[in-house]
Amino acid sequence: MVEVKDLVKRYGDKLAVNNVSFTVDSGEVLGFLGPNGAGKSTTMNIITGYLSSTSGKVTVDGCEILDNPIGAKSKIGYLPELPPLYMDMTVKRYLQFVFDLKKVTLPKEEHLTEVCRVTKITDVYDRLIKNLSKGYRQRVGLAQALIGNPPVLILDEPTVGLDPKQIIEMRNLIRGLGKKHTVILSSHVLSEVQAICDRIIVINNGKLVANSATKEISGNVAGYHKLELHIDGATSRVISALKTIDGVVRVKKVMDTVDGFGEYMVESRKDTDIRKPVFHAMAKIDCPIVMMKSAELSLEDAFLKLTKDGIPVKGGKK
Amino acid sequence: MSAIYRREMYSYFTSGIAYVVLTVFTLFSGFFFMMNCLVSDTSSMTSVFVNMFMVVLLLLPILTMRLFSEDKKQKTDQGLLTAPVNLFQIVIGKYLSAVTVFAISLIIFILDAVVISFFTQPSWSMIFSNMLGMFLLGSAMIAICCFISSLTESQVVSAVIGIAVGLLISFLDTLASAVPIDFIASSLKSISFLTPYQNFSVGIISLSSVIFFLSICVIFLFLTIRVYEKRRWS
Repeated sequence: MVEVKDLVKRYGDKLAVNNVSFTVDSGEVLGFLGPNGAGKSTTMNIITGYLSSTSGKVTVDGCEILDNPIGAKSKIGYLPELPPLYMDMTVKRYLQFVFDLKKVTLPKEEHLTEVCRVTKITDVYDRLIKNLSKGYRQRVGLAQALIGNPPVLILDEPTVGLDPKQIIEMRNLIRGLGKKHTVILSSHVLSEVQAICDRIIVINNGKLVANSATKEISGNVAGYHKLELHIDGATSRVISALKTIDGVVRVKKVMDTVDGFGEYMVESRKDTDIRKPVFHAMAKIDCPIVMMKSAELSLEDAFLKLTKDGIPVKGGKK
Repeated sequence: MSAIYRREMYSYFTSGIAYVVLTVFTLFSGFFFMMNCLVSDTSSMTSVFVNMFMVVLLLLPILTMRLFSEDKKQKTDQGLLTAPVNLFQIVIGKYLSAVTVFAISLIIFILDAVVISFFTQPSWSMIFSNMLGMFLLGSAMIAICCFISSLTESQVVSAVIGIAVGLLISFLDTLASAVPIDFIASSLKSISFLTPYQNFSVGIISLSSVIFFLSICVIFLFLTIRVYEKRRWS
């Protein structure tokens, strides 16, 4: 649906986007992840035709953004970092304006009502935008992007500045939209991307560092399983018993917990599940396990690792 | 284009800028009408239009100051530039909205002429020639101010530079006569706004005057579009 090829953008000497290529399939929700200033917004601005790339090609549903800007733009609904709202208009007037601006041919009243229902802004429909709270403004921004039912939605940090309840609502909303539209979403909040997206692209310093399915990304980086254990018993006995288990790579005592148990971190090979052997080993030496938790490498760890090393993950498409 | 035009018109009349500009314009034109026609006891409105020359040049920067700068500041240009419209339509839509407000202000001269008609037969052709001249002058000035507004993010900067340019234009002829070097003096005279405007004031609708003002419009609207274009590539 969206194809980005060898995209380069220079601001003077600064290379903001460096040879980024990826494709987004129809109906996919793609997360665009990266620290602040990584080039996320720049890339999105280029895809939507707000900025021009120094070199490279962007195709949206068969329309090249430079050759056929009107065609490509009419297929995209864009919510920039700061929603482009006219503060002096009411929500109704503003959405009507966007409707006319995009030259949408759907029945006007019905379509606007539908968009307002989806984004839950019906109750502020007649209010001035400048009097709305940040959360509502963000939703009006999303409504604006949805007008005309564009096949591609590009959302730049859609949950930034919202309160936790609004964030959850916005995520659910986007997940719902992902069923009908192709969505590209940027964020620097990892849990958010993990929760919403099918596939994640990690970008750092303008470079693509990873491109794979959400599930794969943390698994690929890890290389081993981690198990967090709270065990009652003498440290030396516990450690030597744990080390005898087949598949265990490393055992480390982290600290003594407040209630007097020892906290251990056990790393094991990826192909073996050591949870049952650990139980039996501890039962044998009469050291009860009071807590066992699988400490999966989170996306946070994966992300830090990726942006630090800059090594593309295996399984990435490009 | 029509969506942008309608939005700007809406904004003019809800923000109050249109009312302020129309009020000031009406006040000054009323003052000059009273002094030059009613008090001086003449039906010729030419001197009213000559006096309004400077008012138009100094007032229009206020009308156009936020037209492009505010979009840039509030990032609403991002909405316009990513919508399926081209730059030409965006610029022309905004430009025409300002021209429309200005054109509305010219209606007051018809009322003035109606007042004259109570006393004597007004010279309608002269009045329409004058109004056409003023309309073209205003349209050219609005195009210049659109360009200035597109260069900055600040309404105040846009207004101040616009007014400075307006003053410069109104002093152009004085300046030209003060410059001793012939070449520069004649160049300055050739871009004088007053000379073609005065043609209309005395009732001459000359093609060269019309073309002069229209080319100013085209040049500066073209430059405004280029400013937008450049921003994409920088």
